Amino acid sequence: MDPLMPPPVRRIALDHEPHIAPPATGPNGAGSGAVAPSEAHRRLTRPDPATVRERMRIESVWLAYGENWVVRDVTLPVRKGEVLALIGASGSGKTTLLRSLNRLTEITAGAARAGRITLEGEEIHELEVNDLRRRVSMVFQQPNPFPMSIYDNVAYALAEQRPPRGRRRRRTAELEQAAQEALRRAGLYDEIAADLDRSALKLSGGQQQRLCIARALAAEPEVLLLDEPCSALDPISTATIEQLIVRLRESVAIVIVTHNLQQAFRVADHVAFMHLGELIEYGPSEQVFDRPSQQRTRDYISGAFG
Amino acid sequence: MEAGGLVPAPARPIVVRPRRQSSASWPLIDRIGYWLCWATGIALCLIALAIVVFMFVKGIAYLRPALFVKSPAPSLQQSQSGGFLDPIVGTLIITAIGTVIAAPAGVALAVWISEYGRPVSLARAVESAIDVIAGVPSVVLAIFGLLVFSESFLGFLSQNAVNGSVYGRSFFAAGIVMAILALPLIVGSTREALAQVPDRVREASYALGKSRASTIRWVLLPSIRPQIASGIALGMGRIIGDTAIITILLGVTLTTEGVGSVPLIGTLRGTGSTLTSYVYNNSPAGEGNAPQKAYAAAFVLLMVVLALNALVTRLTGGRERGGRLSALRRALTSRRPQWTR
Repeated sequence: MDPLMPPPVRRIALDHEPHIAPPATGPNGAGSGAVAPSEAHRRLTRPDPATVRERMRIESVWLAYGENWVVRDVTLPVRKGEVLALIGASGSGKTTLLRSLNRLTEITAGAARAGRITLEGEEIHELEVNDLRRRVSMVFQQPNPFPMSIYDNVAYALAEQRPPRGRRRRRTAELEQAAQEALRRAGLYDEIAADLDRSALKLSGGQQQRLCIARALAAEPEVLLLDEPCSALDPISTATIEQLIVRLRESVAIVIVTHNLQQAFRVADHVAFMHLGELIEYGPSEQVFDRPSQQRTRDYISGAFG
Repeated sequence: MEAGGLVPAPARPIVVRPRRQSSASWPLIDRIGYWLCWATGIALCLIALAIVVFMFVKGIAYLRPALFVKSPAPSLQQSQSGGFLDPIVGTLIITAIGTVIAAPAGVALAVWISEYGRPVSLARAVESAIDVIAGVPSVVLAIFGLLVFSESFLGFLSQNAVNGSVYGRSFFAAGIVMAILALPLIVGSTREALAQVPDRVREASYALGKSRASTIRWVLLPSIRPQIASGIALGMGRIIGDTAIITILLGVTLTTEGVGSVPLIGTLRGTGSTLTSYVYNNSPAGEGNAPQKAYAAAFVLLMVVLALNALVTRLTGGRERGGRLSALRRALTSRRPQWTR
């Protein structure tokens, strides 16, 4: 197998199963016996360190809606070649932090920020906002395809100022190639190649979400933000999208917000645990899940709250 | 060999269906209220039916193909007084002028209020202004229009007397005031449709690096096209049916009377009539007193407005029904987005 290619996600989950309920067969008791298989397995999915490069940096960021500070002093790196998962209970500010990375928080009146967020060293506030959002693209919790054909959904994302539909629609070979490429990267092309002109609203939920990912990938972003992308989907669609996420991290930095700890464990290379707006713990995912240094992280992961 | 098969249905299925609710157990006052509501509904159906049947019977009796191709002529004999070609053309002209002005203006206003609306105080003021216009009786609009279009600087829109005074009555004048009449309907249906588009659709577009303007142009407007069309059809119905503005602002000539030598502009600056003013003139209340022609014209008018209403119902996907029009309805509604969740 290609060493860069991670194994299927399903296997990851199965491999990890013994760790969640540690078998009492370890040579030195349950503790070390539990860590070993997990780490062996992690090494398989861990991306080549040579390809990992920092894309964005969140430095001492505070975010507020009106008078209400929802993110407090968070510092995190966002790297290409790995998946960063933000976990935490509802109201911990993780979605707000995610949305601030492409300045979608600005749609909400009264949103304010302190601290620096940089993309390739440039403060994102200095960048033109639509340019930033093309470079830092986002997929939402609810699949939200536009009410147009599948092709037009992707072509709309591709077109700079070009009309994607209507009489002046230009379906050039170039545009078509790029749309196909985006659909292929999202693993959707083979399923819907025959009906690119069908309404995107007729797709299943999982297909719609992959279409949204294809749409987000179409403009070749540097960072892909995923806000609980699987929470509205069934387990099979979820598995497909998780495989896709792991595959995509080679080319794009991925930040995923999830409530699903199993999912965070399956897809993430680094995990940041947030609670009530503060970053409690950040580290490689085995470390956060297996040897959390903070009591609150331990409580959250073991299901004491959240 | 039952493996994989379905559980067989019982031989004698015992089906419990809810019984129709009886009003026998209700308090008397509830029962009276219920029957009153019921009776009102029936009465309304009967009235609507009576109008259509009455106009149908009367109209068909006097409707002749020749009426559609002859201009009205001043004559006491009904056989000599011509048809209603000019009023039909007049209705078309007025509707065209009104729609061409009101549709883009209405959609633009609705988009501004719903999608921008800053500063808030200005948006509120605009909303109130639209409500005021929607509430103004059309005869008041007409008098106001006459005042405005009689100003000398608007003389190019109507006839001018030799002494320089402006007549103020023309297709232009009536059409522009008709646009004001139709505007609130178009604004209303567009705003309602925009409010139904979930915010996540807008966010999805912004998250792709699309500007507000291109989101509106390429995502929002295409997805609410049927509702915009139905608003426009409603506005057209309102324009076609209005009488006060026509009698006051289009002059009282039954035939289309152009001004000057420029063909189209001359007609539009001139006076004429529409189906509504033709019906009014020929009814026993008007000067013409040719009730048979009035009935025939009223029938045509009613059919046009009913057709527009039916179109609105189709566009907004109101009723589920098969029949001959279902193909048209499918064609018209296929673009309508079905928002999930």
